[in-house]
Amino acid sequence: MPAYWLEVLVVLLGLFLLFLEAFSTSASKELIRRLAIGGLILLLLPLYFAEPPSAKNAELARFYVFDSYAIFFKFLALLTTILVLFMAYDYRKVLNRFTVDPGTEHGTGEYYALPVFACAGMMWMASARDLVSIFVALELVTITFYILVAFMRRQVGSLEAGVKYLILGALSTAFLVYGIAWIYGTTQTTELARIAAVLDPQSALYNAQLAANPTALLFGLALILLALAFKVGAVPMHLWIPDVYQGAPTPTTAFLSVGSKAAGFIVALRILDPFFASPATHEQTTMIVLTLAGLTILVGNLAAIPQTNFKRLLAYSSIAHAGFVLLAVAAWSTGDQNTLNTYQAVSFYLGTYLLITLGAFFVLVVIRGAEDSDEISAFEGLGRRNPLLALCTTVLLAALAGLPLTAGFFGKFFAFQLAIQSAATSKILWWGVGLGFVGVAAGFYYYLKVVRSMYWRAGPSAEALVIPPISRCAIISLTLATLVLGVWPQPVLWLIGG
Amino acid sequence: MTALLILIPLFAIIAILRGSDPRKTAQGATGLMLVTGVTLALLWQTGVKKSLAFSVPVLSKPSISLSLDFYDGMSVVMVLLSVIVSFAAARSGKCEDQHAKLWYLAILLIAAGALGAFLATDLFFFYAFHELALIPTFLTIGLLGRGDRKEIAWKVTIYLAFGSIVLLAGLLWLVGASGAENLGFEAILESSIPTDAQRGIALFLLVGFGTLVSLFPFHSWAAPAYASAPAPIAMLHAGVLKKFGLYGLLRLFPLVPEGMRGWLEFIIFLLLGNILWVGFVTISQKRLDTLLGNSSVMHMGYIFLAFAALVDAGSEVGNPIAKPAAVLLMFGHGITVAMLFGLADRIERQTGTLELRDLGGLGKNAPSLAFLFGLAAMASIGLPGLANFAGEVMVFIAGFRSWEPGTQFGWVQIATVFALWGVVISAVYMLRAYRCIFQGGTTPTTENATDLSPPDKRPAVVLATVLLVVGLFPNLILGFIEKPGDRKSAARELPAPPSPQLSSTESAEDPGRSAGSRITNNE
Repeated sequence: MPAYWLEVLVVLLGLFLLFLEAFSTSASKELIRRLAIGGLILLLLPLYFAEPPSAKNAELARFYVFDSYAIFFKFLALLTTILVLFMAYDYRKVLNRFTVDPGTEHGTGEYYALPVFACAGMMWMASARDLVSIFVALELVTITFYILVAFMRRQVGSLEAGVKYLILGALSTAFLVYGIAWIYGTTQTTELARIAAVLDPQSALYNAQLAANPTALLFGLALILLALAFKVGAVPMHLWIPDVYQGAPTPTTAFLSVGSKAAGFIVALRILDPFFASPATHEQTTMIVLTLAGLTILVGNLAAIPQTNFKRLLAYSSIAHAGFVLLAVAAWSTGDQNTLNTYQAVSFYLGTYLLITLGAFFVLVVIRGAEDSDEISAFEGLGRRNPLLALCTTVLLAALAGLPLTAGFFGKFFAFQLAIQSAATSKILWWGVGLGFVGVAAGFYYYLKVVRSMYWRAGPSAEALVIPPISRCAIISLTLATLVLGVWPQPVLWLIGG
Repeated sequence: MTALLILIPLFAIIAILRGSDPRKTAQGATGLMLVTGVTLALLWQTGVKKSLAFSVPVLSKPSISLSLDFYDGMSVVMVLLSVIVSFAAARSGKCEDQHAKLWYLAILLIAAGALGAFLATDLFFFYAFHELALIPTFLTIGLLGRGDRKEIAWKVTIYLAFGSIVLLAGLLWLVGASGAENLGFEAILESSIPTDAQRGIALFLLVGFGTLVSLFPFHSWAAPAYASAPAPIAMLHAGVLKKFGLYGLLRLFPLVPEGMRGWLEFIIFLLLGNILWVGFVTISQKRLDTLLGNSSVMHMGYIFLAFAALVDAGSEVGNPIAKPAAVLLMFGHGITVAMLFGLADRIERQTGTLELRDLGGLGKNAPSLAFLFGLAAMASIGLPGLANFAGEVMVFIAGFRSWEPGTQFGWVQIATVFALWGVVISAVYMLRAYRCIFQGGTTPTTENATDLSPPDKRPAVVLATVLLVVGLFPNLILGFIEKPGDRKSAARELPAPPSPQLSSTESAEDPGRSAGSRITNNE
């Protein structure tokens, strides 16, 4: 089966669900959610049997790449969407409060159908190798999210989040188009492979004049990176994150935090690849990305310290993690026998980040359901009320902080390893490493603040907290996965194809 | 086989989580660990080395394996120290029933982490296991500690986290510079590191490991933490976990000899800070717990002195006493400080206070407590016949090892002369504390005190026995440590080591004999 059928099937699934929702009077919202989950799970399998575009399809191959990283990021997109739809089940009580007739599920069907479209967009982003197809895929994701973020529009917070996301999203789209125009203007192509050839001294298309004075090209790159910084949540386009994360329905927040970020990073890697590979632009590109990484690590980690709302804390944590991933990107490396290359390190980071962060969001949904609050104070006394949930949360937070023997450690391990090895040649990377230290040490503080609430403090209520079965299952399996991959990370590497 | 030492506490943890009695499970598990640890050490010494190793690859690129083994004699000694102190820690202190689960889980987790770190023969897990203790330490100090526990819990955690991350950077740089094929000790220690990278790596390792060992000026977390932590946690942390940093420095030193040498003056300055500065700080303490905490920081200086002697000589061949001295003192200090923290906790439970001025005359009502505490205090000062004495003497001899009579004193010799005064400082504060607590007339707090109950006595007696036995037969410990070059002699041509002048080390460094035969030999 050709690989691009996957996206086609996902879009068809989404359309089918929308039509079902619109025209069937008997289909419950629960049925739509289940069909979405079932359909996506069925697509996980063919992902590993799909073939890249054949030679007959050379025209398509210019737009569409199907390498091991594309497979991995498609896998991440599918997995995230599935888990988010599971999460939506226990969140429906909150969601139903803000429908036309509060308390009913009237009008919530799209909430379960739209993530499928976002998933298609992310899967396409994983394969896109042309600036135009990147743009289209990115917009498919972003526009879907405009709706998902503001889905509880009768609640002021969600509405505010929607407006903020819309405005900054539109701005970043403008940056992206403008940047693409600059790059097209200087290289006469939107194809990433041709851009690489234009910058490669060994290639026939090499443009010596451009390589000697790449300012215009780099300006275009910087604009594109700004737009991608919006997607991955990096400084200076991070301002929307805390408010949007806090206001949006929690499953959407989780989706943004994991799926959208991962898709943004694979696109960033593909776009940056030619610029890092060329000696003419390598140094400046390193500087640009390192600046983004350093600022992101600093802002994300330091701003997380005073947070009292767990959802906002996770928002800043998501910025901080983007910073660590960017550090691995800035330390661009093609790898050797003993070390991963940047693609692999970033994939590894995002793969483990997915499990841990979604686990944390599942916990948040449970707490929100029981306490009707996202504040850290809602976790008080959890050590007594539900020791199992408290233990799982502790493991997940320790993993977010990057404690060894949890999956979260490996991402940071590889990021720092790449940075330190590349620092041997370009000393400037030591700055990134140094800021990384500050970030990790700060991380221990703000993640442990939640652990403190659970164990040190007695909450107002002492009655046992019951976890709904789906969340319980998800939290336990994600925690176990975090622990197992913390000791035996090889499976992730298999999936990446390293 | 060595994996058993990690599996026992892990199974005990799972059992406790599933609802079995925390106290009985933890005590049973630590008892089993003690037996297993001693058995494995004896097996190792009789030459059954191959079958002890355990190794599973967990990642192919970079190549990381979960490998556990006694890498060398130093690992054996540290494992023995860990199992003995864990055994005593699980039987010390008293917790309320509602916190029993957390209390014993923390003990088991820290013990598992320490054992894992000392047994790991892969750089990755060597680092990773040590971090296992971080969360339990944070939780137990914050929840069950004394005094200003919350602030202290934060301080410890941030300090240790920062130390660990600096250490991680050093290790990653080291791995990168070594170009080793995998992260196993074998491969890494076989490689060589370019001189220009050594200096930077050495600094990272010094600051990273140094923070974990409470090297001056990164020591300010240690004393409050030990004073605040529940007794078993303080015992494990001060007695075992803190030695990880020194163990790591001694282990990785052969890779960066020139880099470390560049920092020799720096190391000496810092270790004198530990011995003299922290020593004077200790004298001024008014509470027994902070006094013990500071004294444990101070004694790290002696071990660093042995390390400085090793750095000065450039290799184990140049100064064959330095490493055994450091290991022996680590062992002695670990047992002593664990015993002191365990007994201080009993003093507090008997009298309700640790303020020195409120205590007095406790020896009348609690003679065996007074005797055992006195024994540990004397060991800590360095009384001959107890384990620390042998260690400290060897450290001082190591300090003068490379000095030719008639020549100028080098940095290490000057440091040794200053460090000798540290013994006086220890004597001042320890004897003063002993007098304040046990002698003189009774005070309102000590009037109704009773002596140690048999279950309270047991862990202290075990530790005291170890102190005495090792004090009289230091070769029990030294016997594990191979002559320099033994392990690598096949791989590298090293000049024959000059025979050590200490008569005790001479017979000690004969790895062929078992521990049992050596005792009779000494007698």
